This record gives sequence, C-alpha cells and structure tokens, in this order.
Amino acid sequence: MSTTLFVVQVLNGLQLGILLFLIASGLTLVFGVMDFINLAHGVQYMLGAYLAVAFYALTGTFFGALVLALAAALAFGLVLEFAVLRHLYDRDHLDQVIATFGIILFLNQGVKLLWGAAPLNMPIPELFSGSVRLTEGLLYPVWRLVIIGSGLAIAALLYVLVSYTRIGMLVRAGATNAAMVAALGVNIRRLFMIVFGFGAMLAGFAGIMIAPILSVEPGMGDTILILAFVVIVIGGIGSIRGAFVAALLIGLVDTLGRSFSVDVLRLFMGPSQARTVGPAIASMLIYLLMALVLFFRPAGLFPAKGR
Amino acid sequence: MANAAPAALAPAPARSFYAGRVLPALLFAAFALAPLAAAAGAESYVLAMLTRVMVFAIAAIALDLLVGYGALVSFGHAAFIGLGAYAVGILSAHGVGEALLALPLALAAAAVFAFATGAVCLRTRGVYFIMITLAFGQMAYFTASSLAPYGGDDGLTIAARNTLFGMPLLRSNRFFYYFVLAWLLASYLFCRALVHSRFGRVLRGARENRGRMATLGFDVYRFQLAAYTIAGTIGGLSGFLLANATEFVSPAYMSWQRSGELIVMVLLGGMGSLHGAIIGTAAYLLLEEWLAGITEHWKVIFGPLLVLIVLFARGGLVGAAAELKRRLARG
Repeated sequence: MSTTLFVVQVLNGLQLGILLFLIASGLTLVFGVMDFINLAHGVQYMLGAYLAVAFYALTGTFFGALVLALAAALAFGLVLEFAVLRHLYDRDHLDQVIATFGIILFLNQGVKLLWGAAPLNMPIPELFSGSVRLTEGLLYPVWRLVIIGSGLAIAALLYVLVSYTRIGMLVRAGATNAAMVAALGVNIRRLFMIVFGFGAMLAGFAGIMIAPILSVEPGMGDTILILAFVVIVIGGIGSIRGAFVAALLIGLVDTLGRSFSVDVLRLFMGPSQARTVGPAIASMLIYLLMALVLFFRPAGLFPAKGR
Repeated sequence: MANAAPAALAPAPARSFYAGRVLPALLFAAFALAPLAAAAGAESYVLAMLTRVMVFAIAAIALDLLVGYGALVSFGHAAFIGLGAYAVGILSAHGVGEALLALPLALAAAAVFAFATGAVCLRTRGVYFIMITLAFGQMAYFTASSLAPYGGDDGLTIAARNTLFGMPLLRSNRFFYYFVLAWLLASYLFCRALVHSRFGRVLRGARENRGRMATLGFDVYRFQLAAYTIAGTIGGLSGFLLANATEFVSPAYMSWQRSGELIVMVLLGGMGSLHGAIIGTAAYLLLEEWLAGITEHWKVIFGPLLVLIVLFARGGLVGAAAELKRRLARG
C-alpha cells in the first residue's frame, strides 16, 4: 500500500462523499422538513444523468447540456411533487414508501423504454479532460477534482442559504416543528415545494456531473439511494451539517475499505482467504458503521433539535 | 417522532364473521382445490405459480405480524428468506438433502440472525428502525454474494429437492404443492393464535401507545424482540420452501428490492389482517405475471398502479372490499 495509491483513494473517497452529499442534502431536507420518505430521490439522480446525455447529443456542449438538464430536472421534480407527492404528505411513512417505490419501478423502466437498456456514455468536457500532476508520479483526473470543487461550493452555498437567509430560517424551523411554522402563518405547502424542487435539482446536478465518468444505465439510482439513506441516518435526519460529515465519512470508508480491505486482512489470514473475505467486508463496512452509530446514537450524529 | 400517528398506521379491519372466518376459509379452500382445476390445463405452470405465491405468502404473513400488529416496519425481511434458502443450498452442496436436517437448520439460522439483529434494531424507532433493518439485510446480502465456495454472486444450483424421511416425496410437484400449502396453513393459524393471545394484545398495545404499555408494567422491548424473532424464523421457513421450489439459491433473494416487494405485498392486501397478506401476495405476484405476459415493459404499468393503489385504496384490497361492503350496506 503505497502513499500515492493511498492519496488517490482518499481523493476518490472524497469525490464519492461529495456526490453522496449532493443527493443526501436534498433527501435529508425533504425528510426533515416534510417528514416524507422519498425513495424516488435516487431516480432523480439517474434522470439527471440521462438528461445530460440527451441534451449533450442535442447541443453538443457540456455546458449547454448542464443548463438544460438542470432546468429539466427541476421541472420534473416539481411536476412529480404536484402530481403525486403532495397528496402523500399527510400519509404515514409506509404509504410514502410504496408510492415512491412505484415511481422508481416506472422511471427505471421508462428510461429503458426511451433510451434502451444498454449503458450510455458521454465525454468529459474538453476543458477539464486530462489529468493534473499533484505530486511527483501522482496524476489525478481533472474532472474528478471539478466534481469535488463544485460539490464543496454547493455545500458552502447551502450553508449560507440555510444559516443566513429567510427561506433558510423557515427550512430550519420546519425541520424542528413544521406544524408550528404553519400555525405562524407560513405557507408551508409552498415551502415544501421549494425544498422539494431544490432537492430534485441537486440530485439531478449530481447525476449530470457523474455522467461523464460513469456509465449511465437504468437502476443506477437505486444503489446510490440506499447509500444516501445511510448517510442521512448516520448524520441525523434533517441536518445538512450531519449529511455533509456523514457523506464524506461514508465516501472515505467505502472507497478505502474496497481498496485496502484485502491488504489489511492479509495481516491476519492467508492471501486466498483474504481475497474471498475482503470484498465482502468492504461492502459491509458502511452498514456496519451505520449499525454502530445507531446503536450508540439512535438519532444519528447531529440530530436536528426538537426531535 | 417518525411514526407520529401509529393509530393511522394500521387501520384495524372490521372483525366481522365474514372477514374473520369465512374469507380465510374460502381462501384456503381455493388453494386446496386449485390443482384439481388446473389439471385440465397447463398444470405444471399453474402449480409452480401458485407454489411461488404460497411460499412468499408465508413470509408476508410473518412480515404482517411485525408491520401490521407491531408497527415495526422491517425493511430487511428478505434476509431471513435468504438465510433459510442458503441453509438448504449449503447442506445440499455438501451432499445432505434431507428435509428433516435442512428445515431445522434453516429455522435455527433465521431465528439466531433475527434475535441478534433484532436486539440491536429494536433500540431504534420509526424511520431509524426501517434503515437499520435495511442495513442488516444488506450485510446478509453482501455476505451471501461473497460466499465463493457456494456460488458467490451467481448463486448456487441445488441438485434436487430435499428428501423427506429419505424418500423423494417433494419431487412430485403436486405433493410439494400440498406440502407448501400445509406450511402456509400452519403459519397462518400460528400467527392468528399469536395475535389473538395476550402476547398479541401487548404487541398491538405497544403499537398504539408504547409508553402506556410500559407504564402498565410490560417490558415492551422483550415482546417486540420475541415477535421479531418469530417473524424471522417464519421467514426462514419461507426460504427453505423457496430453495426447494426453485432448486436454486442466489443472493438476489436477499436484495433490498425483495424486502420492498414484501412490504408492498403486505400493504396491498391490507395490513393487520393475516389473510390480507396472503391475498396481497397473490395479487402482487399474479398481477406481475399477467402484466409481464402483456409487455416486456410491464413495470411502466405496474409502478403507476402502485401509486394509484396508495392514493385511492387505503387499507389495501381487504380494506377496499370492506369499504365497498359498508357503502353497499348503507345503500
């Protein structure tokens, strides 16, 4: 396990963490403010990636695709909210899980119908293709750094929005006690819609940014959805700060676990055994982490106040 | 916080004579007579399909015990099915194909896993409970996919169905059908007796108001852990039967989508009525089969259908039927 490899994997872990944060922040807000379990959040990420590919084919530039796909992701999120989800806010969690599960089935199959089951690809924008030399002998793709940078920028923007603006104040108040906020005369339905649209756009943004380096395929949102749920549960539901910390933690633990579990296990057991057990332990690591966190802190690391 | 309205979580179905006794009796009679009717047509296809329905109905009944009567939404129930199935598969890989060995092992494995994970999961509430059961389900899933000697990701083909007392009885599809039906009936009667006992009343009491039950002197945690272990063990039974039905085990049996489907089955039938879980399972699997026959893209129809059911048929099929009856009676 060389230092170079370690640094590369830490950067990869950060990139995964940032991606998870982009998805989990919307999920945790929707969950925290509206007490709404939106399993369909993952397909919005998938849709972002598909829209990016489609609009790239149309416009021929990444930035054209970015703008159009973001707008389309936002519009789709709002339509979904208007058509289905707003009728489910007063229902119990189980109804929400089933309905959004139905939406997942529909959209996963829908993209298969529209774009085919084969994975799609799009090129990395030319300006950011290529690699950058971080230290001697350590090359790292620029696009991954762009993902990390843009994610951090969005995290900062979210922090400012939530901490220092009126709408952010309402969001924080809503996460603590939505009924009270509504009683004070705030149009809580409109607040829900804004939060939901914003969350959908963030998930779409994550999908757009990842499209150049991942194959775009049906079902790509399902795995990431489960990871995002792990993140918000570890972070504490409704807490953006918790989501940020937990997302980076999960990203790093998962990536480093996958890269080094076999090497670490070799210290204790034979190489062939380590090769068998290693990948299993690596896949389990984050769930183990979640079980441990919930065992000691049943409401996550940074529970939103009043819960 | 999460399940703020437990009363709304499970609409208690009217305990009428019809819903309580006649409907389940009709249901089991239909299952018992189906092979005779099917003998005229495509018997093996119908038998295989209905066997599948009954196998999953067993797991769904157990899940209903948790979700419907305990408000414990377990999102990792498929893990128990997988454990039961792997018990059969692993024994078979070592040349042991006797049901009298495989079944107890399947039940024991599921029971131990349910007890150990339940002890941790039940410390949490509501959404956190959903997520931590999911986490343990995923752990089981990844463990199974890493079992390289037993097929890993690809799963494991079982040489032949288990023998019963050394005789290849289960290899007859019709015998196997009634074997599964007997287990379904046993699971149904057992769970029914359970929910009507003192134990079941404590469980339902804790669903409505945990604090009040605790004040009355009940150690709610222990009752819930017992219920979780029982439900897990019955899930293992379902897994044992599933492995024998398909003669194949795979990590996919434990995937989180499968756990989600099980919840849908329970909800579709109507929570908190055990025969509702059977009806829901049948409706789900038969609908899936029917739509898949119409188009390859059946999920495009099935997904919106689920949304519509949630929006317009509260209380599932059993609830919708009761509502219809009430309206008719009112005139």
